Amino acid sequence: MKIRVERDGLADAVAWVARSLPSRPPVPVLGGVLLDAGGTDAGGETALTISGFDYEVSATVSVPATIADGGRALVSGRLLADITKALPAQPVEISIESSRASITCGSAKFSLPTMPVEDYPALPAMPDRAGELAGEVFGEAVAQVAVAAGKDDTLPMLTGVRVEINGEKVTMIATDRFRLAMRELTWKPDESINNAEETAVLVPARTLAEAAKSLGSAGKTVELSLASGDGLLGVSGTGRQTTTRLLDAEFPPVRQLLPSEHSAAAILSVATLSDAIKRVSLVAERGTQVRMEFAESVLKLSAGGDDEGSAEEELECSFTGEPLTIAFNPQYLIDGLGALHTDRAELSFTTPSRPALLKPVGEDGEVQAGYLYLLMPVRLPG
Amino acid sequence: MGRSGDLPRGLLDRYRVRPESCPDDTGCPILHVDMDAFYASVELRERPELREHPVVVAGEGARGVVTSANYVARRYGVRSAMPAGQARRLCPNAVFLPPNFAAYREVSAGVQAVFAELTPLVEPLSLDEAFLDVAGALRRLRSTPAAIGQWIRRTVAERFEINCSVGVAPTKFLAKLGSGLAKPDGMIVVPRGSELAFLHPLPVSALWGVGKRTAEQLRELGLETVADVAAVPLARLRRSIGNANAESLHALANGHDDRAVTPDAPEKSLGAEETFETDQHDRDLLNRELLRLAERTAAALRSRNLYGRTVSIKVRYADFRTITRSRTLPVATNLAREVYATASALLEEQVAPGAVRLIGVRVEQLTADAEFAEQLLLGGPDRGWKEAEDAADEARARFGSAAVRPATLLGGASPRQAGTTHGTSGHREGRSVEQ
Repeated sequence: MKIRVERDGLADAVAWVARSLPSRPPVPVLGGVLLDAGGTDAGGETALTISGFDYEVSATVSVPATIADGGRALVSGRLLADITKALPAQPVEISIESSRASITCGSAKFSLPTMPVEDYPALPAMPDRAGELAGEVFGEAVAQVAVAAGKDDTLPMLTGVRVEINGEKVTMIATDRFRLAMRELTWKPDESINNAEETAVLVPARTLAEAAKSLGSAGKTVELSLASGDGLLGVSGTGRQTTTRLLDAEFPPVRQLLPSEHSAAAILSVATLSDAIKRVSLVAERGTQVRMEFAESVLKLSAGGDDEGSAEEELECSFTGEPLTIAFNPQYLIDGLGALHTDRAELSFTTPSRPALLKPVGEDGEVQAGYLYLLMPVRLPG
Repeated sequence: MGRSGDLPRGLLDRYRVRPESCPDDTGCPILHVDMDAFYASVELRERPELREHPVVVAGEGARGVVTSANYVARRYGVRSAMPAGQARRLCPNAVFLPPNFAAYREVSAGVQAVFAELTPLVEPLSLDEAFLDVAGALRRLRSTPAAIGQWIRRTVAERFEINCSVGVAPTKFLAKLGSGLAKPDGMIVVPRGSELAFLHPLPVSALWGVGKRTAEQLRELGLETVADVAAVPLARLRRSIGNANAESLHALANGHDDRAVTPDAPEKSLGAEETFETDQHDRDLLNRELLRLAERTAAALRSRNLYGRTVSIKVRYADFRTITRSRTLPVATNLAREVYATASALLEEQVAPGAVRLIGVRVEQLTADAEFAEQLLLGGPDRGWKEAEDAADEARARFGSAAVRPATLLGGASPRQAGTTHGTSGHREGRSVEQ
């Protein structure tokens, strides 16, 4: 193999692929990136294809390349990423000779060992395309939902985002049992799926969030591909493709837990409330709560106690309903407020021990449909 | 305690408190009170006819160890922590009694109440010993530290028929040394100004933190007495026994000990462990033992109004290789069900198979009830396992510890008594009430 490729495109591509590699690969080859010279990119130009795969997640990207001699090689992803990031802004030549890769860029020259390509697992084929949507919509929706996913691997069904597709409607849900986030959006399904029955898959939240962050950029289109029979979801856009293995677990039936009505509601400024929570929770030791006392037009926040110190702060709010004192884990509140992506929020309740709902409020002062963040309160002692 | 019997007693006469004479106790506000042969003494209250006989309190079974021996038995060489079998060989005519911790705890609580009459600055070290700082109480009681020490000894003997020994000193370390040297049934005052004169003739093993190994290392350096350790340059000590150890020994040997008596040092962790009669391979049996230990640990948490966030298990294999594995929960708990689920998952995922000698469960990162607010779960019942376990605690308090147990633990013999494997049981979460 002997090729020439632009430094910037190469560095970005390698960095993106290397990010999905396991930090401690169970076998060395899974810490490698596969360089494949000989294919063509979407425009039909000759290209270098860079891939990574750890049996859970695969990532593939092509960069335009001048190919003198085709071929395939496997090199350490971490090392290649570090090297390409540090190279000067000049064309990069990569050649493979007898199990060593040499990388030349300007006056810099590297020689790396390669790993046997035969030992590398076959990359999963991209599943059938199911539809597409705007990159920024996908990026925002996933981020809004993944924040509520569980991180505890002993409850695998809660570490995923449930993605439900019903014609033009897509619903994403995640919960860690302490909070739940749900986002609804519309997309452009392909003909094949348009009239099909409802599909639902459970996607590992961490990989979906990674994919959404790197592919869900403004002005671009993201394609979703689905082979739920093979347990695979593909996400692609801007020349990058990633697949992830679906979680084979039953997501709990959570819709029945969503409160259907509320007896009190407050409308608050997201930034003001977030800042105030961050301040008062300085005295709340890790995992303890902030108390919120709602009365007409005033919210009193407080945290801490005699031993560790205490803090309180009063905020303006428009409140309807009976005065109420309720307490929450401050981080869960801040996560939820940050996921709304609006300047104002509605917080609605029934009782201090039942779930509260956080919803975005638009410029017009109306609650926006399409997103909700439910959080369970903390039962106050005594 | 253990090693104090080896210390040269002749040197001590001038520090001993006698009816007719008492060393100067000015500036000696720290008392260390230590019950004499505590468990054995409690047992003898019920069996006074055994007072002149050797009496040993020891765990039952092949691997039982001596937890206490009266002074008659000690004359035969019986010591705490010695295997029961060895004690039997040393003293075949001793009366062996199984420990009855409930009784010891009751007496201990009574003794603590005596301390509490004197000062709030009480730091219990275990059921049978405590530090007291009486500096603030002297004026209120119009008394002296030595007089308070004598009053404690008299009061404990009258109320509980148990002897205790007391050390009175300017620091905790010297007070503890004093009570050990005063035993049995004695009291020693280390006067302010005489700290080094008292300390320096003692062997190095008198220093806190000097066990067999360190004592040997010190002996290799030619250091036999505390005076030798005090005189050696710190740098030389560091090279030989490590930085941390060297500094603390050097400070103690020079009479420096500025630790205060801290009442209610909050518990950092709570746990329970079990040594099997015979080594165990069977995972079902190990799991059942974890459930039993989780029950005990969680009940201990609840009785102290504590919640813990980290659950750890300890496994000692037959070859004494010991591993601990832990996992932090999203929210703190005091429920056996959650402690067990985590412990069992740790066993399943992180403990390699093998013959197991000992297994233990521990809960760490404790927070007190008053600070703890329960994070509610989505879809969780309004009343759930917390209420169930609280109710079980109440039933046990009224009807005894066997009143409520998980169904898995029913059926009589527990593994440590039986030493045999049981059939698998399907239902781990059930509870049943038997009365």
